[in-house]
Amino acid sequence: MRQRPLARLNALMAVLVIAAGVSPVAVAEAGADEAGELVVYSARQEHLIKPLFDRYEEKTGVRIRYTTGDAGQLMQRLASEGRRTRADLFLTVDAGNLWQAADRDLLMPVDSAVLRDNIPEHLRDPDDQWFGLSLRVRTMVYHPDRVEEGELGSYADLADERWDGRLCLRTARKVYNQSLVAILIEEHGQEQTEDIVRGWVGNLAADPFSNDTRVMEAIAAGQCDVGIVNSYYFGRLQAADPDFPLRLFWADQEGSGVHVNISGGGVTRHARHPEAARALLEWLSGEEAQQLFGALNMEYPANPTVAPDPQVARWGEFKQNDINVRQTGARQREAVMLMDRAGYR
Amino acid sequence: MAWLIAMPVLLPLLVVSFSLFAPDTEVWSHLRSHVLPEVIGNTLWLILGVAVGTGLLGTSLAWLVATCEFPGRRLFSWALLLPMAVPAYVMAFVLIGVFEYAGPVQTWLREAWGMESGFPAIRSRAGVTMALTLVLYPYVYLIARNAFATQGARALEVARSLGMTPLQGFFRVALPLARPWIAAGMLLTMMETLADFGTVAAFNYETFTTAIYKAWYDLQSIEAAMQLSSVLVLVVLVTLVFEQLSRRRIRYTATGAGAVSRFRLRAARAWLATLFCTLVLLAAFLLPALQLIGWAVANIGDLDARYLGLAGRSLGLAAMAAGLAVCLGLLLAFAVRRAPTVLSELGARVATVGYAVPGPVLAVGLALPLIWISGLFQDLSDWVLGEDRLIIVLQGSLLGLIMAYVGRFLAVAHNPVNASLMRVSTNLDDAARGMGLGPLGVIGRVHFPLVKGGLITGSILVFVDVMKEMPITLMMRPFGWDTLAVRIYEMTVEGHWERAALPAVVLVLVGLIPVILLTHRLDERRPLSVYKAPEEEAPHAA
Repeated sequence: MRQRPLARLNALMAVLVIAAGVSPVAVAEAGADEAGELVVYSARQEHLIKPLFDRYEEKTGVRIRYTTGDAGQLMQRLASEGRRTRADLFLTVDAGNLWQAADRDLLMPVDSAVLRDNIPEHLRDPDDQWFGLSLRVRTMVYHPDRVEEGELGSYADLADERWDGRLCLRTARKVYNQSLVAILIEEHGQEQTEDIVRGWVGNLAADPFSNDTRVMEAIAAGQCDVGIVNSYYFGRLQAADPDFPLRLFWADQEGSGVHVNISGGGVTRHARHPEAARALLEWLSGEEAQQLFGALNMEYPANPTVAPDPQVARWGEFKQNDINVRQTGARQREAVMLMDRAGYR
Repeated sequence: MAWLIAMPVLLPLLVVSFSLFAPDTEVWSHLRSHVLPEVIGNTLWLILGVAVGTGLLGTSLAWLVATCEFPGRRLFSWALLLPMAVPAYVMAFVLIGVFEYAGPVQTWLREAWGMESGFPAIRSRAGVTMALTLVLYPYVYLIARNAFATQGARALEVARSLGMTPLQGFFRVALPLARPWIAAGMLLTMMETLADFGTVAAFNYETFTTAIYKAWYDLQSIEAAMQLSSVLVLVVLVTLVFEQLSRRRIRYTATGAGAVSRFRLRAARAWLATLFCTLVLLAAFLLPALQLIGWAVANIGDLDARYLGLAGRSLGLAAMAAGLAVCLGLLLAFAVRRAPTVLSELGARVATVGYAVPGPVLAVGLALPLIWISGLFQDLSDWVLGEDRLIIVLQGSLLGLIMAYVGRFLAVAHNPVNASLMRVSTNLDDAARGMGLGPLGVIGRVHFPLVKGGLITGSILVFVDVMKEMPITLMMRPFGWDTLAVRIYEMTVEGHWERAALPAVVLVLVGLIPVILLTHRLDERRPLSVYKAPEEEAPHAA
């Protein structure tokens, strides 16, 4: 007697749940596929790309739809969507991410003389699957009251004992530091690089910080004297406070040059509009877009013929390391493991 | 039935555990020797600290507010919930910003007192435990307060008539009677802590979750990340089952009607209670709120019409997910109550384990089956309508997003609902059936009014959680469905902490209004006055 109503109840619940699950099947409107539209997945933040997209729409009438997100998650999304993806273009920061996207077969080669002309060889993929669009310089900052400019030199030099208790670093979890260490491995080999990283860790004045801005605030407050940051973070603090006491130093000018990374993009493997996507990439590498691209975040243009933003230009010229930035991706795993072994958190 | 509801969690977990068969040996041996030992210790300490912290804070506050009378009690009753609307990552950046070496407190100490060292480092195990405790204690508080308020007056009256002091009454009667509620709240805070990424990342404190991210992003091995997640899920499941077994044979039924008459605290003690509540409120809500408002005002120029859309979408998503999660939570609780077999109880546990899984892992696991299903539909439509006439994408759809939310937050809805359902004696079911009510009638006319408090609690919790949720929203939202949390992410990812304050303030404001409204309703409710329970001693072994 207890059984029957129970079974009925269960059946009802089952129907409810199934109905809730199936009914609102999402159906994208047919015809959204017309030629004048591009879909972009971007790990570069909205406020840094939207002005460019707006300008491009104005000029060409091509409508750009985009979704932003975390680079790792967007790549995973591209991979799992496979040939059904709506994305035509993938934009991200850090060459390591771009290398990974190419490595996982998410991008397609783009044969473009314009891009090859505009972007220097070490800032693009040897197989033409991705191209750098802005240059991000990872270098040193110091407090001029406590450090003479002549004391500073290469990244490796920060492992020296004289910096004991005077160094501040951002966390090893940030891909910018992983890329820096990857390039050091490329230059000095595993063993020597591990010694360098151990030296850094031994010289730390405080546990690694979660971002570059905190590193600079700590130096300004006197917790430490020198640190490694991306130059645009310094630019931001300087723009907010013209009397900000720290100074930038271009690292390793006697050696192979300051470490550079890129933000950039590539056309997705299963793009529905590969030609339109290529046209957008080419426009992004040209003069008008390059000025805006760098200036929006105080980065340097990837196209060497375009002058940087005036505030950025005031920091002076530098020699950059011309090892192809793809190495940051190819050696990322090695770099992360090395940093773990060296106790860099 | 329970297993059917478990689908949004079960599917991704199955996908995730499939990766167990393809071990990436290089990554694993590295993780084993250089990452896991430290990470496991860190995680255990953190969970323990947060559980103890939220348990003590939440229970003591709930007890004070529910059963004692002191100045400001009515205000604190709802104000103490406010920290729930503060996302944990916001609390983290405020705490670090204020107490760091370069922050205002230490700078002042150095300049005014010449105190160079001796201030404890905020970016430490204690610091991260404090941050999480302050934002998570409301989970325990809300559930425990509901428990104390509905315990029924009789047990405490008996205790008092037997000459127990209020304190003895608390420890020997009220606390044991409220155990499943407090445990449910603490479990939620522990699971939330396990899955947290934003807070521990801000403190640069490595936990099991950061190890999952490390395997995925830094070591470029999604397989290893999935394997770590499966291990995490397994451990949580086993813990949950043990917790369940430990109180399997105990039944908790309310005895006697009427709210507890509140104990009026004497002068000094009353003010001490007020002071305690004020301090908690100050640290957990007012301080971060003030800092956020300061930053937001400085960046008020960012505020534009788009915020209307952002807030609207945040609210809409949260409301949809909360509604669905509470319904499913209720169904789940009933399913287990009606057929309390080992299998259905295990199903309920699986359904609620999603809360301990980091959001992105759940999202990846859910995306694959969704893509597979939309592929099937796509083939069908291509075949019927012609190639690409209709494009079907479930993975970037509202349905997929809501499913992921429900998978992640079902525990939050289920725990309070289930806890209040436990209060309802099964004798009552039989009595109602005896009077000729069908099973639906029992649910609608007997159970529903009695578990309303649990339903409200559950929906508040899910609502606020979804508002704050970041990784799943980022990964699974349809085009154009940016929310406030997405906006916060956009700003914080490149260190624009100050500019992230504006969306954070809007999030807190929009999330607060429902919390306040609903808790007022909760307070007005006359607990358990609708029926007289059969005479029973509680708790007793069944």
